[in-house]
Amino acid sequence: MNERLFGIHGAALTLRSERMGVIASNIANAATPGYKARDIDFNAALDARLDRSRGTAAGNAGIVWRNPTMPSMDGNTVELNREQVAFAENAVAYSATLSFVQGKVNTITRALKGE
Amino acid sequence: MPERTPMTLFSMTTRAMSAQMVRMNAATSNLANAGSVSSTEEGAYRPIRAVFATELDRASGLAGVTSSGLVRAETAATKRYDPGHPLANADGNVFEAPVDETSEMVEIMESARQYQNLVQALQTAKQLMLETLRSQ
Repeated sequence: MNERLFGIHGAALTLRSERMGVIASNIANAATPGYKARDIDFNAALDARLDRSRGTAAGNAGIVWRNPTMPSMDGNTVELNREQVAFAENAVAYSATLSFVQGKVNTITRALKGE
Repeated sequence: MPERTPMTLFSMTTRAMSAQMVRMNAATSNLANAGSVSSTEEGAYRPIRAVFATELDRASGLAGVTSSGLVRAETAATKRYDPGHPLANADGNVFEAPVDETSEMVEIMESARQYQNLVQALQTAKQLMLETLRSQ
């Protein structure tokens, strides 16, 4: 039902929210020695999720390690500027997906009310 | 690991901010004790540093941070010949705390920057969550 109503946007919104958590984890661990920054490859993760909801694939796909421009001596691979940009980009994409979902909901509501 | 509620974005950021506070307090203590002297080498103040560790929450996939303790630096105290000093030992030496003010200042600045970043990320996340809640 969820997939028929919202199409790709339901899964995309969940994934955007998960990615926000992952990037926030990176920002939180900016000073932890030995911490390896993670990210979610959005396209791969979305494909995997859609496959899973169709019952063909499973697993935690899309998690990638960040490749640092300059590795630091304590083994931490968080680069604050990159995390900031990724977080901002993800927030904008979340807003976009949310407005798609909202549009769908509005359409359905109107159809139900018969306006 | 003890039983506790799953980590949310809010609790994770709170803990990270607390960890940064510990780090900033340690650096401030070092700055406050810069220039303090002692009559013995062992009695001299040694700078302290916060040690951070990641705590991964498997349920939510979030990685929080906690300060797992404070360590004292193993730097030798600076010996200075000052026979007129009231704390001078028999040889006329006093031992100064080996605090590098510049590195402590840099530590505080870095910590403040990361704290700011956390607050900003939390604000954005909160705003997006509220937007999602408000949509009918």
